[in-house]
Amino acid sequence: MEPILTKYVREPNSFTLDFYLKHQGYDGLKKALGMQPNDIIELVKASGLRGRGGAGFPTGLKWQFVDKKTEPRYIACNADESEPGTFKDHVLMERNPHLLFEGCLIGCWAIGAKVAYIYIRGEFFHVQRVLEAELAKAYAKGYAGKNILGTGFDCDIVIHRGAGAYEAGEETALIESLEGKRAQPRIKPPFPAVAGLYNKPTAVNNVETLCNLPPIILNGAEWFTSLGPEKNGGPKLFCVSGHVKRPGVFEASMKTTLRELIFDYAGGIRDGHKLKAVIPGGSSVPILLPDQLDIPASFDDVQKAGSMLGSAGIIVMDETTCMVWAARNLLYFYKHESCGKCTPCREGGDWLYKILTRIDNGEGEMRDIDLLVSIGNNIVGKTLCAFGDAAATPALTTVKHFRAEFEAHVREGRCTVPSDWRAARAPVGAH
Amino acid sequence: MSFHPLMVYDSERFQKSERARLDEGKPFEFTRERRAILDDMLTKYPPEQKRSAVLGALYLVQEQEGYLTASGMRHVAGILGMTAAEVEDVATYYVMFFRERVGKYVLQVCRTLSCALAGAERVTEALSEKLGIKPGETDPSGMFTLLEFECLGACDRAPIVMVNNEHWHEQATAESCSKLVDEIKARGPAALSGCHLEVE
Ligand SMILES: Cc1cc2nc3c(=O)[nH]c(=O)nc-3n(C[C@H](O)[C@H](O)[C@H](O)COP(=O)(O)O)c2cc1C
Ligand code: SF4
Ligand code: FES
Repeated sequence: MEPILTKYVREPNSFTLDFYLKHQGYDGLKKALGMQPNDIIELVKASGLRGRGGAGFPTGLKWQFVDKKTEPRYIACNADESEPGTFKDHVLMERNPHLLFEGCLIGCWAIGAKVAYIYIRGEFFHVQRVLEAELAKAYAKGYAGKNILGTGFDCDIVIHRGAGAYEAGEETALIESLEGKRAQPRIKPPFPAVAGLYNKPTAVNNVETLCNLPPIILNGAEWFTSLGPEKNGGPKLFCVSGHVKRPGVFEASMKTTLRELIFDYAGGIRDGHKLKAVIPGGSSVPILLPDQLDIPASFDDVQKAGSMLGSAGIIVMDETTCMVWAARNLLYFYKHESCGKCTPCREGGDWLYKILTRIDNGEGEMRDIDLLVSIGNNIVGKTLCAFGDAAATPALTTVKHFRAEFEAHVREGRCTVPSDWRAARAPVGAH
Repeated sequence: MSFHPLMVYDSERFQKSERARLDEGKPFEFTRERRAILDDMLTKYPPEQKRSAVLGALYLVQEQEGYLTASGMRHVAGILGMTAAEVEDVATYYVMFFRERVGKYVLQVCRTLSCALAGAERVTEALSEKLGIKPGETDPSGMFTLLEFECLGACDRAPIVMVNNEHWHEQATAESCSKLVDEIKARGPAALSGCHLEVE
């Protein structure tokens, strides 16, 4: 598939307004402003565009749910990109910022919002500088602000810098953070579409989701659906990292198989090594084994295989990776990032990490392995937000597929996986 | 008569909060330029929602003082119409805010899975050895602080070392980091620019 969203990212000036205008820039917005907001929502529904932030929820439907009787309404663009293994929005914002602005404006027009807040993670400050400089140009040329393109439509775009919290990516936590509070989720319902930012109707959309809008407006719903398998239309950015030769972001159809993404797009496994396990959708989703990769990388197919496409962050591990170590690494992340609002996640994550640490250090007992499963299962489905399930997953999925490795750690009192890059020394560090 | 044991309200056992005390710092007021930046930021949110600018305001305090002081937070609270406790509540949640004095250069090594698969643990070790400090510590000269950070959202360029919350040093190795430290010592902030890789 010819790239659509990242077609020009390698051009040196792809991020500038001039370049963007020469390549159909803001044409989608012009066309959209000539349409009725409701027709845009119907068009997006017909395109079947699914949210690219992780859940894969249909965007048109989300917009339809936005309460159109309450003023003002908001778009909150989720540019928090903090799911480990995910780095697609980074490229889009750094190399194609006007596409995001155009998507935000179309979204605002569709749901009748006058402001779009782009919540960008604090660590992306170099990206934020690009966004701010380009946004100023868009304002100066009348593509944002008052009376956009002379149509009388007023819409502001505000860039809001986060300050380092994974949980701020969860939609209600993002709203709390925008309101100047701790990034801790709210109890749903009410959903943000009814009571979101400042208690007003809000649509929270991922960067890549919004970037898909201009091409949908220009080329139509049928074109969009034809690009992928049924219900998984459109272009998709895949992030491949880990033990591959050419890690990177690749734009492809969701018809592409996971194997093609890893072996063709990302160049395959490092020389002399072989594939051991793949996390297909960011660190929060279950592992797939090498024989499970001949499936289209679509939301539905990956789910059928027992995992999730999530944020399409594909983390590849070769045979030198100790799975106990990998689970421990991720559980440190989850215990560190838990917002602490609900007990199963806050306490359970901490315990999972402690137990994984003692197994990894060769100090575990056999019953610790079942204890991991028991704690994990007591977190899943019992928390306020999806973080809980995500935190339990690395422990549950590694025990499920690599139990023998856990047992070997306990029996031998050490790691038995041969590895060149994981030196014999224990990692230094706070953990 | 009372069955209650006699309570000894001495300061040894009681009124001892577990809460970490914030450093009071110097008396704080924003410089005129920073105050202008904050005022501009406030125009971006509804007038009754000044609180939305708290993260931005805290970044400005950090820029001015090097870390968040209690007096800086009270100043922010006053401007945004929040209580000091509310500001502290926010400040203590986010990892990019430093609540104690840090080195002039804060080296933040990403430690999450993709970076770890690419050898981030070795990078941390090398920096730790080079600077003679453990992660979380500041070297005696007050020049460097070493921290471990979570996934920075660019795992294709793993491992990454971020400096001072913004300058990225990508595809780091033990050697390149050791060089970076030497460069910073020799050239100061000039050593930081230009480490950001272009898209290949
Ligand atoms: C713990 C957690 C972290 C999340 N992090 C992100 C994130 O960094 N970026 C993102 O776009 N969505 C993230 N999400 C998903 C959002 O909650 C939300 O589903 C998404 O922003 C909706 O946008 P979409 O419909 O366009 O996908 C996260 C969800 C959870 C539970
Ligand atoms: S599941 Fe975890 S992150 Fe989510 S609300 Fe509960 S404690 Fe917070
Ligand atoms: S794991 Fe280090 S940037 Fe993602």
